[in-house]
Amino acid sequence: MEKIGEIKRINGSLIIAEGLKGVKIGDIAYVGDLKLIGEVVRISGREVALQCYEDTSGLRPGEHVISTGTPLVAELGPGLIGGIFDGLERSELELWKKAGPFIKKGYRVIPLNREKKWYFKPGVKPGDRVVEGDIVGVVRESKVVEHRVLVPVGINGVVENIEEGEFRVDEPVAEVRLPNGVKREIKLMQTWPVRIPRPYKERLPLAQPLFTGQRVIDTFFPIAKGGTAAIPGGFGTGKTITLHSIAKWSDADIVIYVGCGERGNEMADILTHFPELEDPRTGEKLIERAIFIANVSNLPVSAREASIYMGITIAEYYRDQGYDVGIIVDSTSRWAEALRDLSGRLEELPAEEGYPAYLAERIAEFYERAGRVVTLGSGRRIGSVTIMGAVSPPGGDFSEPVTSTTMRFVGALWALDTELAFRRHFPAINWLRSFSRYVDVLREFWERYDPNWFRLREEALRLLEESSRLEEIARVIGEKALPDEQRLILLVSEILKEGFLVQSAFHEVDRYCPPEKQVRMLRAIMEFYRRASELIKLGVPVERIRGLKNLVELLRLKEKKGLEEIDEAEKRLIEEMEELKAEYSR
Amino acid sequence: MSFEERGSEKAGMVYRTVTEVRGPLLIVEGVRGAKYNEVVEVKLPDGSEIIGTVLDTYSDKAIIQVFGRTEGLGLEVAVRFTGDVMRIPLSDDLLGRVFNGSFKPLDGLPDPIGVERREIFFSVINPAAREPPSEFIQTGISVIDGMNSLVRGQKLPIFSESGLPHNLMAAQIARQSTILGEGEEFAVVFCAMGIRHEEYEFFRREFERTGALDRSVMILNLADDPVIERIIAPRIALTIAEYLAFDLDMHILTILTNMTHYCESLRSLSIAREEVPSRKGYPSYMYSDLATIYERAGKIKGKKGSITLMPILTMPGGDITHPIPDLTGYITEGQLIVSRELHLKGIYPPINPLPSLSRLMKDGVGAGKTREDHMEVSSQLYMAYAEGVKARSLARIIGELGLSERERRYLRFADEFEKRFINQGVYENRSIERTLEIAWDLLSMLPEEELIRISEEHIKKYHRKYRLQAR
Repeated sequence: MEKIGEIKRINGSLIIAEGLKGVKIGDIAYVGDLKLIGEVVRISGREVALQCYEDTSGLRPGEHVISTGTPLVAELGPGLIGGIFDGLERSELELWKKAGPFIKKGYRVIPLNREKKWYFKPGVKPGDRVVEGDIVGVVRESKVVEHRVLVPVGINGVVENIEEGEFRVDEPVAEVRLPNGVKREIKLMQTWPVRIPRPYKERLPLAQPLFTGQRVIDTFFPIAKGGTAAIPGGFGTGKTITLHSIAKWSDADIVIYVGCGERGNEMADILTHFPELEDPRTGEKLIERAIFIANVSNLPVSAREASIYMGITIAEYYRDQGYDVGIIVDSTSRWAEALRDLSGRLEELPAEEGYPAYLAERIAEFYERAGRVVTLGSGRRIGSVTIMGAVSPPGGDFSEPVTSTTMRFVGALWALDTELAFRRHFPAINWLRSFSRYVDVLREFWERYDPNWFRLREEALRLLEESSRLEEIARVIGEKALPDEQRLILLVSEILKEGFLVQSAFHEVDRYCPPEKQVRMLRAIMEFYRRASELIKLGVPVERIRGLKNLVELLRLKEKKGLEEIDEAEKRLIEEMEELKAEYSR
Repeated sequence: MSFEERGSEKAGMVYRTVTEVRGPLLIVEGVRGAKYNEVVEVKLPDGSEIIGTVLDTYSDKAIIQVFGRTEGLGLEVAVRFTGDVMRIPLSDDLLGRVFNGSFKPLDGLPDPIGVERREIFFSVINPAAREPPSEFIQTGISVIDGMNSLVRGQKLPIFSESGLPHNLMAAQIARQSTILGEGEEFAVVFCAMGIRHEEYEFFRREFERTGALDRSVMILNLADDPVIERIIAPRIALTIAEYLAFDLDMHILTILTNMTHYCESLRSLSIAREEVPSRKGYPSYMYSDLATIYERAGKIKGKKGSITLMPILTMPGGDITHPIPDLTGYITEGQLIVSRELHLKGIYPPINPLPSLSRLMKDGVGAGKTREDHMEVSSQLYMAYAEGVKARSLARIIGELGLSERERRYLRFADEFEKRFINQGVYENRSIERTLEIAWDLLSMLPEEELIRISEEHIKKYHRKYRLQAR
């Protein structure tokens, strides 16, 4: 299928070539003597436009372009976990080993290690009938991930032979005879074109939370497994730290972190910490369930565009094995900028702010690849892909095209706020601008911990809303001029903010807050509010309540290790309040 | 690299077929197969030479952008295609030298001879090979060390406005951080883009006075130098910095001033190319372009050296949402914001800590690095100062008497904090212990229950009340 053409023009990442007959949009081609990777993006008559994924400096007209006839594919198989890849799935660890600490262009590395042997344990035997998506056996990919080897899409038949033992990823482990008599090999590895969603049998309604251990998210703006969330915020609002916390502590089986056009040091940071940090559920290191795609901001812009598709394809592959996968993209704005860059070079008519008219379409298509599904294969294997995407609005302006479009297509929004960040209120998620469409489906989950969860949450949110209104008034007339009931609302909302919403990503205990503790903390604060309201009715001045010695306990609940400690702290506060009550009841 | 050999049949080819001159762009017809980004030398009729690069190349023509003065350019110029992308010679002889934005010596010494020549545009550290920065740099400035600590390998810009003392601060940082690096190879790479002669003189005198001049390399493009040269000046500076840091194991502080002028050059160039403009006329790729500069800071696993980057920019109209500070902030690891309000109050350095941030601080401070309570104290200072500023704006409306007891206390805290913590001398070099001591003195003005960002253990250990009791 190889076809050879000649470069006619080079303008940045855009290459115009002639002589490539019969190529299709999306075909991968090798450009120039260095064989840089490019993708066909437009065909007009004899001219073919290619987007080159590597720096084109030094390339000149007259050099050759070789079309491979195949689209950009992801290699899928054991060896992905713990890996760090660029947007084209080249292993950056391998690149470093082979080419040194600086990226060299035109350097080839194969995504999956071909030398390493994996121990394959068959799950079917010769004579068994298998269909596409069935598990033929397993490989232990990491301490926590069992890699389930799937029958590739399009293969249905009878197992001819299958072997247990050590295999490389490209060696056949089994052979399947199709109804027409043709035999097909099954290897540990398969490929899939990244721009096409992997098929499944059926989409399911969402039912379980993707639990993140972050109170403001889980309690107030939760996300369901298979759902989507966007996290927009100007610079310095803690987007990356929030995403890192989710990557570290969420209860997804596999976490895929796509650094798309972001800082190199941030990737270095996450790559250093994941091998050290312990997963609270498995007790193993976080790296045992993580995959990284690091297409940092100073790499050629065009490869950013491919990186998110690479990430989501890998996510779908593990979903098809029956896992709950979380994929985090930081940042989708940089991906959109890559689209804009290419569109500009192709001289397409721009829509809003130079972005192409198809921006909304592309954003929607991407988020629609999330979901909870029944996978291919016999039986009812369920897996999910949850997408969380950062958005970086220029100037913090949420009305710009990428942010406003993304908000239309996601199920939860965690809106970051510069004001909160200035006060070092982190995570700086603004409770008035954020939303979650998953609260109702997740109610059942939370009510197992506390039957009143829904009411507590509603009440707390109402208090926070009320207090922001009161703060406006207090800003003009001073807090002292407000009646005591309203001053109490201000006090309780302060406690909610400092004691509940603020969560340190680095505090040994506080960085991960289990569900039972979240509920218990919220209950303690709301119980305080109930009792304090009673005291106000009895005529206790709000200053006396603010002056309670044990009030500070409510702000330190998050540092407590167990529920007993919270019980004790609450008991001390209630006793003190009872004394106050007795004093005024007399 | 085999570039040279492969392109050699074209190297040195001279064309006199320029058909169009548009701003810094030249269209040369009849050029067969110029390389993308290839360097060209343009010879003007008066004999002077400027350099340029190939911006767009066709089978039979090339569009060139030149980096020098555009006056005198005409259709009769001669264009020589060198067959190679832009490279500069590198060696340790560069220390102590001064060059212009096209790497021509300004110090009267001959052209440098390098031990090797390296490409200046494309240089990307493999993210997998990066070492996360974690070594605390003591700048001796409390508001930086205490609340926005700088670490080696970080890129921390100064966001300023015209007329504010950002140069004084940058020089103080360069001077005092140098002292901490004693015993280790340390150098400053200074790149001026569009700054005034007197600003340059200030830096030169400062470096000279402290003996840093011999340990610095200067790339100068001053206000009256060709604007387009500013596109290559920072890349030359960073290529030198990379060589000194990663080949010669030195710790490099790179100061880029002023990035606002750089971005304006980028905009002029983009407009000359007739590209679709993005916000305020700046090109849509400005984020990616700035990233190729800023991201060259860092540390590499297994290498001793580091590049710490301090870009300085003036926010047009003091607007932080302007594309230049905005896109910079998205790439750099925090920002130090110089405030006119503090400056008018006579406070130096007038860094407003509230919108300032150092993203890498958490990795550089704490037990074993600075002190165990550092992060918590910083967080508490932020919170208390924010409360104080809130109380201050309230007091402006309802008067101080209308404030509650608590608000009045925070208001006093904010005043004292500005006077004693932020404010310090231009030559005052505070140790981190001293900075934290001042912080605790100030925090002791507040009731102990208010110190909720600090653990009880650290309060017991460092709070003035307990330390006095212990005595």
